[in-house]
Amino acid sequence: MAHTSSAHGSNYLNHSHGIKSWLTTLDHKRIGLMYFVVIMMMFLLGGIFALLVRWELFAPGLQFFSSPDKYNQAFTYHGAIMVFMVVIPLIPAAIGNCVLPMQLGAKDVAFPRWNLISYYVYILGATIAAATLFINQVDTGWTFYAPYSIRTGTSTTLVLLGAFIMGFSSILTGLNFIVTVHKLRAPGLTWDRLPLFIWAVYATSIIQVLATPVLAITLLLLVLERTIGIGIFDPKLGGDPVLFQHFFWFYSHPAVYIMVLPAMGVISDVIPAFSRKPIFGYKAIAAATFGIALVAFVVWGHHMFVSGQSEFANFVFSFLTMLVAVPTGVKVFSWIATMYKGSLRLDTPMLYAFGFLFVFTIGGLTGVFLAVVSTDVHLTATYFVVAHFHYVMVGGTLLAFLAGLHYWFPKFSGKMYNEGPARLASWLIMIGFNVTFFPQFILGALGMPRRYADYLPQFTSLNQVSTVGSWFLGVGFLIVLVNIILAIRNGKPAGDNPWGALTLEWQAPSPPPHENFFHEPVVTEGPYEYRGEKALMGGNA
Amino acid sequence: MTKLLLCLITLGNNAFAATLPVAGTDIAKSWDAVYWFLVYLSLVFFVGIVAAMVWFAIRYRKEKNRKPKYIHGHTGLEVIWTVIPTILLFVCFGWGWAVYQDMIHAPANAMEVHVIGKQWSWQFVYKNGTSVTNDLYVPVNRPVKLIMSSEDVLHAFFIPNFRVKSDVVPGMYTSVWFEAKLPGIHQVYCTEYCGTVHSGMLARLIVLTDDQWKDWLSGKKIDVDSLPADPTFPGYRANRLGEGMPEAVAGSTGGQKQLTLADKGKAVVTAKACIACHSVDGSKMVGPSYKGLYGREEKVVANGKTITVKADDNYIRESIENPLAKVVEGYPPSMPPYKGQLSEEEILSVIEYIKSLK
Repeated sequence: MAHTSSAHGSNYLNHSHGIKSWLTTLDHKRIGLMYFVVIMMMFLLGGIFALLVRWELFAPGLQFFSSPDKYNQAFTYHGAIMVFMVVIPLIPAAIGNCVLPMQLGAKDVAFPRWNLISYYVYILGATIAAATLFINQVDTGWTFYAPYSIRTGTSTTLVLLGAFIMGFSSILTGLNFIVTVHKLRAPGLTWDRLPLFIWAVYATSIIQVLATPVLAITLLLLVLERTIGIGIFDPKLGGDPVLFQHFFWFYSHPAVYIMVLPAMGVISDVIPAFSRKPIFGYKAIAAATFGIALVAFVVWGHHMFVSGQSEFANFVFSFLTMLVAVPTGVKVFSWIATMYKGSLRLDTPMLYAFGFLFVFTIGGLTGVFLAVVSTDVHLTATYFVVAHFHYVMVGGTLLAFLAGLHYWFPKFSGKMYNEGPARLASWLIMIGFNVTFFPQFILGALGMPRRYADYLPQFTSLNQVSTVGSWFLGVGFLIVLVNIILAIRNGKPAGDNPWGALTLEWQAPSPPPHENFFHEPVVTEGPYEYRGEKALMGGNA
Repeated sequence: MTKLLLCLITLGNNAFAATLPVAGTDIAKSWDAVYWFLVYLSLVFFVGIVAAMVWFAIRYRKEKNRKPKYIHGHTGLEVIWTVIPTILLFVCFGWGWAVYQDMIHAPANAMEVHVIGKQWSWQFVYKNGTSVTNDLYVPVNRPVKLIMSSEDVLHAFFIPNFRVKSDVVPGMYTSVWFEAKLPGIHQVYCTEYCGTVHSGMLARLIVLTDDQWKDWLSGKKIDVDSLPADPTFPGYRANRLGEGMPEAVAGSTGGQKQLTLADKGKAVVTAKACIACHSVDGSKMVGPSYKGLYGREEKVVANGKTITVKADDNYIRESIENPLAKVVEGYPPSMPPYKGQLSEEEILSVIEYIKSLK
């Protein structure tokens, strides 16, 4: 059985004291928390830009922004901040750092110093990129398409350098996790007993290590193009702007899976714990994770069906993209089947998992519309695409993150949050999200292009619905934040294993001690063997 | 009662249909069929998944089912939900690809119009030399092919009513085609972000009846305001940048007799002395003759390797701007590059001239 938290006074939070002990810590849990704090600040910043963009779109014409340029800058920062600084590191760097070594039964990651360095590399990159807000705002969109990104007289170069530097953080974290999974598993923790969250983060790490260098090269080439005009992407110098898109999406499509695979990992851990049943089809889900990671590398061209690439390329990329839907479907069906004949605890993490399934299914199905070449031709670059990727990234990744946050918060804080506001927030976010983004599918199908500062009057009413939805979403996130802060200040003690979950982190005290476990845990069976007495525990509601 | 039900179904159907623009071409109609197939297929999966989830959440919640069943999986079920979606996905792929074939391959008899995108307007150049900004006049019931390029950054040309879209890329040609079935005005958007006035880079596609088209060709003014509005949004006028510009008529660009595009191209190749090395009658000079060149399969040397290319718009453009990239076999690699020396309009008029030398 687990140690009770009253049996000891020392944990990773009070193990050493003072700001310096945090800034120089090598403890994966502290590093994870520091990531969490910075990413949440970036999320707030990106969220403010999102609300401003929606506010402007409440009516045609320009009301809030003084010029279209200001609007273009706002959506650029919203996209760049959310993608590079929030959604990509969100689950691997924040939750992954806290949870991964503990689920392995390890004292820490394999290279704690590199872990800290990777944190500061991220801070450096994010600072450089965010500093442009005070210098000269960027207006390229987060995709930096050439040749506009070469010509525009903004501080694009600095943002590119910022993203370039943040890429190294991603590579270092990925490498660290891969080695950790290979070398630091507890005795008995064989590969077929790994929690699916580990499988997901492991697959994600492989993508991070393999794909991010390509982004680094691409961004560097763009910087060189802007500064000394090497003529790779600029047609005026004999370059090829379509080549930039190939390079960019070669990273940025796998990046979508960097964002969504860890989310799937969280859901794969949460659903069995709150259904009190083994996960349905463990091997299929693990295999599907790798299937998705593999296919992720050969489908980038589906972003470019109307870019002027060849008909043959369109055929191949459309065909291969169909293959993404198969393992994704396998996962969704398996999660649903896990609930069948379970004993469901409808606590906040499970509510977010339901939300994830609802929203992610829409995101996945609308992806098929964009994978089929002919339907994509009409829908691409419209609000349909905007709606689709928000359903996948916000609806998928962010809801799974919130599930994970509410699932692991008691472990790492030792406190329990207030369940009432947490549930209220989950409903507000779910409703707000769908009200915000569902109308955008219709707007896009009707032809409204994305990245429009101004729009034709016939699109007004649907845009107003969308904007109102964004306010609900904003209030929902605010309640989550306040609820979490209140819980840190005066939440009730959570106990070591409030959910009765079976993965190793729950065997440690809450909050865990400096090196996680008092005794090295020994594993004798899979992570979701909910049976007998163990199947009856867990859940507040 | 049945009447009411029928009425409701029609109403629902119409509300559903109102989420797509009007289908202004036959291909748009086949596109819509694929789209609705995907919508209904998605609905089946979505409703199934959510219904199962909600049902399990109610039926198997802790209060109702204290003891969960210890199950690890079911191979048969897993095979089914792998295989059936795979088959369905490839049905979607195949059908989508078939329609795409029709969408991109213009009939050989299509009327060609050149499109030049620039920050932030659309220029439409006709074979007879007419050039119009932000209004594209085309005849109804005739295939029209747009050959497009950009003067500066990426743009994209999008006609929602026809379900056609393509990026407009500097330094190369892309194309879309359509055969308009509905006379009147249709909205055109730029859908590739291109800077400050991206959202104002709108154009009107004006589809004329046969009589109106004859009038327009002969230089008569068309009263655009009296034409049917965009059928997708009947209550709204189609927009374009520079509202209030004078209506364009064919032949309005020059004071004197208007030169056709091919004539302009002839003037360019004479002024730039291209004809010093390229004959127009098939005779061999320093470079290949222009006569019969367009559309021919040419053996060329690229990076030391001999390959066969079709002499299409993109090849001729490359051979003007960067001639040494692909040199026709048997000719010396001696032509200087003309990159940056010709305007977009000059390049396409030269191509048009070469096209005319059959």
